[in-house]
Amino acid sequence: MYTVKHYCMASSLDEAYKTLQENRNNILIGGNLWLRMGERRVNTAIDLSGLGLDTIEETDEGFRIGCMVSLRQLETHEGLHEAFGGLFKKALCPIVGVQFRNCARVGGSLFPRFGFSDVLTAFLACDTEVELYKAGRKKICEFAAMPVDRDILTHVLVRKDHRKVDYRSFRMTETDFPTVTCAVICKEGRYSAVIGARPGCARLVEDVPLDDPQDAGQRAGFARKVAAGLDFGSNMRGSADYRRDLSCRLIMRCLEQLEGEVPGR
Amino acid sequence: MSEQRYVSHAIRKLDAGALLSGKPVYTDDLAPASCLVIKLLRSPHAHALIESIRTEAARRVPGIEAIFTYEDVPDKRFTEAGQTFPEPSPDDRLILDRRVRFVGDPVAIVAGEDEKCVDRALKLIKVDYEVLEPVLDFTRALDHPVLIHPEDSYVAKPGIGTDQYRNLCASNLRGKGHVDEVLAQCAYKVEETYHTKAVNQTMMEPFTTYCTMDIYGRIKVVSSTQIPFHVRRIVARALDIPKSSVRVVKPRIGGGFGAKQTSVSEIYPAFVTYKTGKPSKIVFSREECFIHGSPRHEMQIDVRIGAAEDGKIRVIDVHTLSNTGAFGEHGPTTVDLTGTKTISLYRDLDAYRFQSEVVYTNTVSAGAYRGYGATQGMFAVESAVNELAHKMGMDPALIREMNIVRQGDLFSDYHGQRATACTLDQCISRVKELIGWEEKYPFVKTGPHTVRAVGMALSMQGSGIENIDVGTVQLKLNDDGFYTMMIGCSDMGTGCDTILTQMAADCLGCEMDRIIVRGVDTDQSPYDSGSYASSTTYVTGGAVVRACDSIKRRICQEAAALMELPPDQVDFDGNLIIDRHDPDHFMELSDLVNALQAGFGRIIEVTESNTSPVSPPPFMCGACEIEVDLETGKIRPLYYAAVVDCGTVINTNLARVQTEGGIVQGIGMALYEDIRYSPKGKLKNRNLLTYKIPSRLDAGSVHVEFAPSYEPTGPFGAKSIGEVVINTPGPAIADAVYNATGLRFRELPITAEKVYAGLKEIKGAEDADITGTHALRQG
Amino acid sequence: MLISFIINGKQAKREIAPDTILLDLLRSMGMKSVKCGCDTGNCGLCTVWLDGSPVLSCSVPAARLEGHTVTTLEGLQEEAAAFSRCLADEGADQCGFCSPGLIINVLALEREIEDPDVNQIKEYLSGNLCRCTGYQSQLRAMMKYFGKSQE
Repeated sequence: MYTVKHYCMASSLDEAYKTLQENRNNILIGGNLWLRMGERRVNTAIDLSGLGLDTIEETDEGFRIGCMVSLRQLETHEGLHEAFGGLFKKALCPIVGVQFRNCARVGGSLFPRFGFSDVLTAFLACDTEVELYKAGRKKICEFAAMPVDRDILTHVLVRKDHRKVDYRSFRMTETDFPTVTCAVICKEGRYSAVIGARPGCARLVEDVPLDDPQDAGQRAGFARKVAAGLDFGSNMRGSADYRRDLSCRLIMRCLEQLEGEVPGR
Repeated sequence: MSEQRYVSHAIRKLDAGALLSGKPVYTDDLAPASCLVIKLLRSPHAHALIESIRTEAARRVPGIEAIFTYEDVPDKRFTEAGQTFPEPSPDDRLILDRRVRFVGDPVAIVAGEDEKCVDRALKLIKVDYEVLEPVLDFTRALDHPVLIHPEDSYVAKPGIGTDQYRNLCASNLRGKGHVDEVLAQCAYKVEETYHTKAVNQTMMEPFTTYCTMDIYGRIKVVSSTQIPFHVRRIVARALDIPKSSVRVVKPRIGGGFGAKQTSVSEIYPAFVTYKTGKPSKIVFSREECFIHGSPRHEMQIDVRIGAAEDGKIRVIDVHTLSNTGAFGEHGPTTVDLTGTKTISLYRDLDAYRFQSEVVYTNTVSAGAYRGYGATQGMFAVESAVNELAHKMGMDPALIREMNIVRQGDLFSDYHGQRATACTLDQCISRVKELIGWEEKYPFVKTGPHTVRAVGMALSMQGSGIENIDVGTVQLKLNDDGFYTMMIGCSDMGTGCDTILTQMAADCLGCEMDRIIVRGVDTDQSPYDSGSYASSTTYVTGGAVVRACDSIKRRICQEAAALMELPPDQVDFDGNLIIDRHDPDHFMELSDLVNALQAGFGRIIEVTESNTSPVSPPPFMCGACEIEVDLETGKIRPLYYAAVVDCGTVINTNLARVQTEGGIVQGIGMALYEDIRYSPKGKLKNRNLLTYKIPSRLDAGSVHVEFAPSYEPTGPFGAKSIGEVVINTPGPAIADAVYNATGLRFRELPITAEKVYAGLKEIKGAEDADITGTHALRQG
Repeated sequence: MLISFIINGKQAKREIAPDTILLDLLRSMGMKSVKCGCDTGNCGLCTVWLDGSPVLSCSVPAARLEGHTVTTLEGLQEEAAAFSRCLADEGADQCGFCSPGLIINVLALEREIEDPDVNQIKEYLSGNLCRCTGYQSQLRAMMKYFGKSQE
């Protein structure tokens, strides 16, 4: 059972940040979903829900998503749906259930850089930046590779850039953590892929050439090269070898989907 | 029993209104706010001796009421198995022991005024252990140099084949004919080994108990249990106090599936309340339900089966090794069903043999889980029958139709009993129609990388335990002519309160709402062995019928006396007692009661017990259609067809829901419910993040029908339904996977990765080529 | 800390600890329909509405309630009656322990999605686990409730 000594409903990001730095046992709470599982003894729980960070603002250029936006908001947002062809719906729907996704927040899902994160995989598949209170704007790739520190992720910025994305994950049961997550991106004829739950943190792989996506052999080559550049590990949801092979399969299926070869699942 | 207005109808459960409006009816809802909160300090080691425990600092935490260790508990061993006394399970437990035998074994009981102080105290208890080598692999447990129960106070029960100095909880051997000789003559043989794991019941309500002390200084145990009368005895024995000092009350139960046929949680608050005099409660966390629950016995089953050229099965040899874990609850009995319930499905065997060893290991103590050994046995034997069919090039449905037990047969290995009600043949033929067996067997190619395939299995179970299980019903006739029906069996969500009331209403010829059914309070309810072994409908239902017959006779007797007629000259139609010779001469039931209650002192009240010399098996056939993704190994159950012979169906809704629920539990066990231990013996699947039970997206669609027979010894012709329904998915899905991929899996669960690895191996060298979307099986 | 909020239409004030979880607060206030089934956010038994949206009360810090509205099955008795009847008519209540969480989420689904199809129903409720029924009878009840033909 976790314990909390003080609860701070932050009245400004500044207050939240300062409080966060004061004590190693001061933490930010988002959806609060797995905190209870641990034995953690929290000094001050800092709540950002009073700061209006729970909205998605859409402009012609893109989206500005507050860190307290719920996964459910993300998945049901029409603008995002239109801009990224159902990417967020596909990525988020398998996460436990509607009640869970109403609780889980974008900030809490991204900041710990969980290996199994569908959310991180989805954002890596877009032209995304995160806004950190202290460190400022960072490309999501850079953010994903940074160590988890004591900054505050306040917003996620996603640019509309007419990319095509297909998302797939493999799960042992439909609402389990993913064994592998996969997104393939096509932008201006160039392809890239994101593979997560390897089980390490999701990574974007660019610069793998794919000249003729209509060619099955080339698609396979692309998938193999993407996987070859990544490290895979084993846990209860699958071995490294299985994950590597699954990644290839999922990449190829995403490519097929993007090339309109097969109708969606 | 004239007209059936309720039996064989879809009657709503009597408690539906309360359950569906969220009324506080479960144990923790009812626990007084003043209860001390109890938690257990648990062993981090799989096997160790406690050298010292220091609790002083923990005792000083404000709010802590009591801390108990092995030094504080009685030194008499007992078993937590909910079985009729003397339980076959050995007496191998203490409330707390100096020797800890699995990771999670309780080391100290901490009780305090709230969870927070108890949590703090738990952290302050200092324990020094002498860590011992654990026995974790059950295939090496027998005659292992490390003994799990070397203690002198261990009590083995007669006739069970126990040898504590060999880590042997139980053993058995029986059979008929010369198995090896017959096998040698068989044209076709399958000799294989099958393995099933210690899957968890995962009932939604965790183990929960609270205790209070009543005005007479007796302990009242309110608990989520299937076995109130056994709990009374177990608690009394554990605490070493007279049974008269214990009262057990069962409120509504949030599911049991056998988990609560072991007294997992009761002894802790009982002990705390006994020692402190204060109310106390324990609510297991979900994690505790995994690490200190009562899961299915892991089993390794060797099957040898042989058939003649024409497909006649001549011999079945089953050798089961069962892992009972740290303690022996249900160890000696579950294993037996791996033989009786499987071998008996097939008729006219020239020889059979059943052999078993049940061994102790330093893993979670196993218990009773729906199916109770039959599930494990059925996976092995039904898989072997499928394999035999494939070897012969015969349709697995056909080999069954040729060999199954038929109405009137003497069962092959079923305590000399006969199939007095059996429509198993109809179950098979109807399942084939439902699933489209002829069109779909063995597989249909459905896409570039998907194959659909079907697989089939049979199942039988029992209806109570013959000559042991007892159900008792007490019926009282009250003012205005309504009845109180006191029962001792536990409705755990299955609806037995409703089912028994349906039967009583039809027997008594009255509306159901004239019968008040009262669930279990051991101070008030008549004795019942409990709700397990698929017994309530059959055993307690039989007692209902007897009690109703008996009370009707009493009613006629008393009314006849008042009407100045001989007792055999009146009839009772549910409302009126009528002179058979003069229909205008009658008495209303309410007038009779009112008269008897005014000075006659002859209150009408009857008690009848029922026990059966037989345990008639329900039968079923199940077939599953799955889709396998040949590129990932993922198995999707699409459709499950099940036809069940449970005798007369008492409640068409509830029997159907039992079947659907059992099948989906079986699907989980077949595909992903997995149990893994770390090398040091720590259970890894310890919450619903890591132990996945089917969600509604995983279940597929299940179609259930019935092929009713009429069991002459059953109430209204009924047999049981609760357990038979969980046994077919394992073997049916395993065969469907074989039909889809050519891969034979003899261990559950059959995970996607195992299928994938198998496919990859078959593809061999060409596997490097991931462009291939070819199916191994071309449609 | 003192919080004030609306529970089932009534204004409430409660003194809570900083680590009080909504689930525990509600049960201590007598809302016993709210059950705890897993501790890991997986089972859906503790589902309540927060400002009208279904959430897992095991994961909501009670401190976050200030000024918000909570609804449990106790406060939805009338709205729940018709669906509860559908469940009862299928025998889908079984042990009943998961029923309150399921019912309240079905009502949320009804408010959120107009005329849901079978896939939407299953997806919306995927976070409501049940071990008794195998989900089939629940689905029949929902199809009936939402006026859909069976299959």
